[in-house]
Amino acid sequence: MQSLVGVLFDGFAYGMLLFLLSVGLSVTLGMMNFVNLAHCSFAMVGGYAAVTLVNSYGWPFLATLPLAFVAAALVSVVLERLLYRRLYRASELDQCLFTIGIVFISVAAASWFFGTVQQPVSVPDYLRGSVEFMGVRFAVYRMFLIAVALAVTAILVFSLEYTHFGAKVRAAVDNQRMARGLGIDVDRAFMITFALGGGLAGLGGALAIEIVGLDPAFAFTYLVYVLIVVAVGGLGSIGGSFAAATVLGISDMAGKYYFPWLGAFLIYLVMVALLMWRPAGMFGKR
Amino acid sequence: MASANLYFERQTRWRPLETAFWLAALLPFAVTPAYLSLASQVAITALFALSLDLLVGYAGLVSLGHAAFFGTGAYTVGLLAKHYWAEPLSGLLIAAVVAGIAGYALSSIIVRFKHLALIMLTLGVGLLLHEAANSASALTGGADGLQGFRVDSVLGFKFDMFGKTAYAYSLAVLFVSFLIARRIIHSPFGLALRGIRENAMRMPAIGAASQAHLRKVYTLSAAMAGVAGALLTQTTSTVSLEVLSFGRSADVLVILILGGAGRLYGGILGAIIYMVARDQFSGINPQYWYFWIGLLLVAVVMFLPNGILGGLNALYKKSK
Amino acid sequence: MLSTRNLSKSFGSLVVAQDISLTLPKGVRYALIGPNGAGKTTLINLMTGMLRPDAGQILLDGGEITALKPEARVRRGLARTFQINTLFPHLTALESVSLAILERDGHAHNWWQNLPRFRESTDEATATLESLNLAGDRDRLTRELPYGKQRLLEIALALATRPRVLLLDEPAAGVPRDESAGIFGAIAGLSTDLTILFIEHDMDVVFRFASRVLVMVSGSILVEGTPEEIARDATVREVYLGKKAHG
Repeated sequence: MQSLVGVLFDGFAYGMLLFLLSVGLSVTLGMMNFVNLAHCSFAMVGGYAAVTLVNSYGWPFLATLPLAFVAAALVSVVLERLLYRRLYRASELDQCLFTIGIVFISVAAASWFFGTVQQPVSVPDYLRGSVEFMGVRFAVYRMFLIAVALAVTAILVFSLEYTHFGAKVRAAVDNQRMARGLGIDVDRAFMITFALGGGLAGLGGALAIEIVGLDPAFAFTYLVYVLIVVAVGGLGSIGGSFAAATVLGISDMAGKYYFPWLGAFLIYLVMVALLMWRPAGMFGKR
Repeated sequence: MASANLYFERQTRWRPLETAFWLAALLPFAVTPAYLSLASQVAITALFALSLDLLVGYAGLVSLGHAAFFGTGAYTVGLLAKHYWAEPLSGLLIAAVVAGIAGYALSSIIVRFKHLALIMLTLGVGLLLHEAANSASALTGGADGLQGFRVDSVLGFKFDMFGKTAYAYSLAVLFVSFLIARRIIHSPFGLALRGIRENAMRMPAIGAASQAHLRKVYTLSAAMAGVAGALLTQTTSTVSLEVLSFGRSADVLVILILGGAGRLYGGILGAIIYMVARDQFSGINPQYWYFWIGLLLVAVVMFLPNGILGGLNALYKKSK
Repeated sequence: MLSTRNLSKSFGSLVVAQDISLTLPKGVRYALIGPNGAGKTTLINLMTGMLRPDAGQILLDGGEITALKPEARVRRGLARTFQINTLFPHLTALESVSLAILERDGHAHNWWQNLPRFRESTDEATATLESLNLAGDRDRLTRELPYGKQRLLEIALALATRPRVLLLDEPAAGVPRDESAGIFGAIAGLSTDLTILFIEHDMDVVFRFASRVLVMVSGSILVEGTPEEIARDATVREVYLGKKAHG
């Protein structure tokens, strides 16, 4: 019983990490239909920003988190304005290839500047260790991660439902042409959404270091998981990403714990099965 | 008014540049005999790229998991050889059939999807097969792959140390497959594929059964990729898990786009350039290699959307 | 002959087709008119199978086609054109029409014989293009053709399937006045065995080329009759023509 609760807890925490990494991609894909496979490179930017600040400048870990968000958001915006906006009308294949190219470049750049080893990061003492409750140990860091993710989710849902900007985003996701026709500056809304999504990925990247480590391959390794979350959860759906990330996180943990010989097979099988059942994702609009 | 047939005849005619190309393919025997094993690899990769072109360039589908069929062919021949069936030509045929069946089976699922779901499914299936092969180590050797088998002579020619037989064999298989691909493309079926690529929505409105067409091209493409994989096993006498990897699926896609999809020779040209470049720069740290590939991808998509052949074609038209 | 019985379709609370029953007898030229959003294109989508109805039946020459896929309906003789050009950009006009003919004759599955072998089909394609004055543009890529000729190519593609019923969705949409005469002239010249329904907004065209008119408003057929009857009908004036007089 203890291990079951433990697996659920760890899985949920992992799922929350995946959620932070994926939600931006889900919304921007839903808005512009732009297949950005370089999304996890933004996560890497956040992660490496946090590492640099802590290790080279002695910043406290918590303070680096907002900066990881900002750094990744900035990189996203620059990339979007300079390069991505020329490809909105391009074919899906071209978008895939272009963004894969960006991933390759980012991975090489990370290797060049930081080397290929895993980055160490020292997390403050109050985030280490674990708490015991009802006979089960809960890691403090993981609880922190869950808290951050839930706070972010609350902020996202609130702004989407109750702010003016959120209404514009929802309109653009629903029907871009109509939204433009109503005078909504979709391009600007998209740029801001893209920046926010990239920033969240950066935050996720910084938070991920303690759980899964950071090395240049991060942009690729987690891309697959992020894509699974987005595809299964449905494009443009925050709730869908949340649900899919949770399911994926728990399945992955459960798989590793109970069926280690299966490896990642289980995850891929679940994804293929779910996509076949609901090609637009569990909460997708099409 | 000249007969409409003239137009189609001109399209399907064999051009002198093509003859020159295939004759030039014989040059490595004389000019660069030390590089014959590289030449074999180029031929095999070219065949793999050609198979993907049928899917991507002509039918307009995206596939991030084509290595699944390449690897199926490779493992089929490896397993056959390990269990004492080492005749190469029949091995090729069996690999084509097995990969073709896999393609047909998969296509029944895949052709129902579009956009992101399609991309994810092809990616997912590729990853799935890779994981499955990794886990089923009793059968596939897992991460170590298959070794310790020899492949028999081809039509009486032993596979020699210098790679002469290997290259002659690979080139011959490439050429025959190329002729088949050419036939497909210049047939009514080929026209239908291009119709699907150009406007999938219009096809049912002219009475076309698009899904049946797509399933057929998937099967043919998978069979051809399987043959390429089988060739790799036969010329190197090993099978490694890498033949099913995403890296291989991504590489072949890059190669095809580099050369130019939908132009029959694009995959071949891309393979030559990519493999030769990789060989020349093999001393470089693999991370940096991927930097240049990334840059190349970005540049090709932005400036040469139809690949090198497309760029050359545009230049040729402008010069007229 | 095409008919529908109680055809209905809604998207949630939005009713796009309400209990539509109509009959298009053989050889008649019907115009389908109505304000924007009345559901005219939706009706064509329902009849051709691109949209599945919630209720009702569709019959072609007496046989029920309600459950058939779009491509099966085309094979039975029901063809349509699209309001927005839905063509093959990188195929030439000849290739496009040839493809339609090859599909029709069941040759499109053939992957082992070269196209030049199918002389009959490609010659027929040329003849079809000639009948719409497109013969000179035969070897040009679709994307290079001027808009008006692309609209004609839309029709050529539909004709290549040898339909018995032809549904044209605003065939002259976006085409300037002087060219639209050419398009409708071509339509008028089509065989009298062919049943034709065209969606149109220009009342002059309706009066000149249609023998009967269907008026559709908010998902239902308001009234049917000859152009003259429709022009005189008070409710139609109010709902549709009345607006026209001002706009």
